Amino acid sequence: MVQDLLSRLGMQLPKEFALILPQVQLGIFALGILLTDFLLDRKSRWWNAVLALAGVGFSGKALWNLRNLEDVSAYHSSIVVDPFAVFFGFLFLISAALVILLSVRYLEIEDEHHGEFYALLLLATIGMMFLATGSDLITLFLGLETMALSFYVLTGFLRHRKASNEGALKYVLLGAFSSGILAYGFSLMYGIGGSTNLARIAQAYAERSPGDPLVLISLVTVSAGVFFKIAAVPFHMWAPDVYEGAPTSITASISVASKAASFALLLRIFCTAFWPIRPNWEMVVAGVAVASMTIGNFGAITQSNLKRLLAYSSIGHVGYMLLGLVAGTPDGFKGIAFYLLVYVFMNTGAFAIVILLRREGVIGEDIEDLNGLISRRPVAAILLLIFMLSLAGIPPTAGFIGKYFIFLSLIETGHYVLAVFAALYIAPALYYYFRVVVHAWMREPGGAARPTISVAQGVALAACTLFILVAGLLPDRFINFAGTTLQSQFLQMILR
Amino acid sequence: MTGLHSHRYYTSATMSPGYLGNYAPLLIHILVAMALAGVLLSLSALVGPHRPSREKAQAYECGMRPTGDARHPFDVKFYLVAILFILFDVEAIFFYPWAYVYRNLPRLFGFYEMLLYIGILLVGYIYLLKKGALDWNK
Amino acid sequence: MIPTSHYLVVSLLLFTTGVIGVLTRRNVIIVLMSIELILNAVNINLVAFSQHLASLDGQIFAIFVITDAAAEAAVGLGIIIAFFRNRQTLLADEMDLLRW
Repeated sequence: MVQDLLSRLGMQLPKEFALILPQVQLGIFALGILLTDFLLDRKSRWWNAVLALAGVGFSGKALWNLRNLEDVSAYHSSIVVDPFAVFFGFLFLISAALVILLSVRYLEIEDEHHGEFYALLLLATIGMMFLATGSDLITLFLGLETMALSFYVLTGFLRHRKASNEGALKYVLLGAFSSGILAYGFSLMYGIGGSTNLARIAQAYAERSPGDPLVLISLVTVSAGVFFKIAAVPFHMWAPDVYEGAPTSITASISVASKAASFALLLRIFCTAFWPIRPNWEMVVAGVAVASMTIGNFGAITQSNLKRLLAYSSIGHVGYMLLGLVAGTPDGFKGIAFYLLVYVFMNTGAFAIVILLRREGVIGEDIEDLNGLISRRPVAAILLLIFMLSLAGIPPTAGFIGKYFIFLSLIETGHYVLAVFAALYIAPALYYYFRVVVHAWMREPGGAARPTISVAQGVALAACTLFILVAGLLPDRFINFAGTTLQSQFLQMILR
Repeated sequence: MTGLHSHRYYTSATMSPGYLGNYAPLLIHILVAMALAGVLLSLSALVGPHRPSREKAQAYECGMRPTGDARHPFDVKFYLVAILFILFDVEAIFFYPWAYVYRNLPRLFGFYEMLLYIGILLVGYIYLLKKGALDWNK
Repeated sequence: MIPTSHYLVVSLLLFTTGVIGVLTRRNVIIVLMSIELILNAVNINLVAFSQHLASLDGQIFAIFVITDAAAEAAVGLGIIIAFFRNRQTLLADEMDLLRW
């Protein structure tokens, strides 16, 4: 859109511009929404959502034009557009679209329907896309902070709810702390590498001895920062509080998109700069993965708040995905990519059901609020069952395929102990996911009213369900799509 | 990343081995000031008479009765203005590197680039204005 | 000329001070200030390395870190004001609505 307009005006843009066009489109729409919001009255605020969706659409179109590129770097190699970046870009845009669809009704009920919400969501998405395309420490840091700052504000968006204030405050304090630690690590990486470019830093790390104190401090600080962002144990304490306090549609976004973006950052750094010192971190990452699965899956058992329960379960999922990095094989990386793709749909779907329970005067986040959903709104109960099956990793849902690749990569590399751990933790996961289903299917409804489903919510729910079932039954296309990430140069370098 | 200045951008004169020596007078000055302050304060404490009274113990000791606690919370408007000041103040930081490399940039490219940057800032400014964040009486 | 390692030691001390501040202080404003200390430690590192390596990248990075620190302070203070309006406290251990 932007390019057409400018070329019609006779302006010639540098070729590199097309590479960041997806982000630019989102930025234009985000700024536009901030201004058009003043023209809209209370009743027509949903136009903001339409504009935001249009922005996501145009951005997706621009990204689609980049899909066949192989590793083009630009802007003094501060960004690189490769299949990895394109895959993650689509993931963030899908997530943003789903969250926008789910937000309209929810924000009206909360009486906080403002244009800023959509503008901040688009800005966060810009940050995520730069996280996936960045090949330079400065780009990565800025992308991360653009995303994080937007989410701090979005978490506290329900200004009159104390839980929202408190969640936002904890998020901003702990988030800024972890960003600071990460930045300290980045500054050391710059000192060691003599450049902010990741490829050059990787060369410098390969030449240094692995026991070098500067190398070790940079490894420790950067991993602490990144583990915080993906909410891996022992840096997970913020997740349940923030997930509970944030508006539910933002919780979906934080647990899905922000996590995927942070995984993109983690893979970019660990598979380039830190790959030469792999023996130093392999066991640590494996330990973090097992600890995350343990705390996540056992922590979820005792939760009675649905958002907290899903927060702990997401900590467990992070553990599974980290195991793919420990294996470090093509199947492992493909598994992480596929897992994240499926996770977008199944976790957003699960939060969508929680959003349905929110009505005037009913918070609807407690597990008891699900009681008798099958008789009140059968469709919602059936969809809930599908999402829970997928989260637990039961065939024929897509969640099973994701876990399958992780197991496969572990067995290929001889990590049998880890594979056994990962398999055992499915038992507690089954227990708490089915506890949710039991409440919806077997308990008496009491006096609770029928939840209604708006058109936008219906579209989002249908998309989530359709994807989980199609990708579960006919996974080939989607596995290939996730597999394209492997063609990126930085992964080719280490897999060769 | 910038790639424009891989050469040493400072001259060796500013960082010569005798560099720290330039600061010696400053150090002496600080030491003398500290010693003088210490001597005067301890002299007045040792030599001067002590007759404390209720009036003297009061804050300000000037005959005015202090009203309330000095540590009362400020109006939140001050914080808002302070926050906005920080944001618009820090934005100016990017003009310095821009001005430094301006001559080396392709013709008008640097100009349009900065125009775009200011355009984005302008959107933020209009947003603030419309929200009434700069209206003190609101 | 001051060797680069001296700057790194100062930076490490500043970083440690910041981390201890975040972990031990109860007032959220002081926690926010401690985070600023950490970011300043980062800046010292970046500028010291930039001087040592004679490359400008570090200084550009430092400018971006300063900007980020300002944005973080603004967002943090905004959220603290919203929190204070609802709860009338600034102490971290009185945030007990959601279990820590």
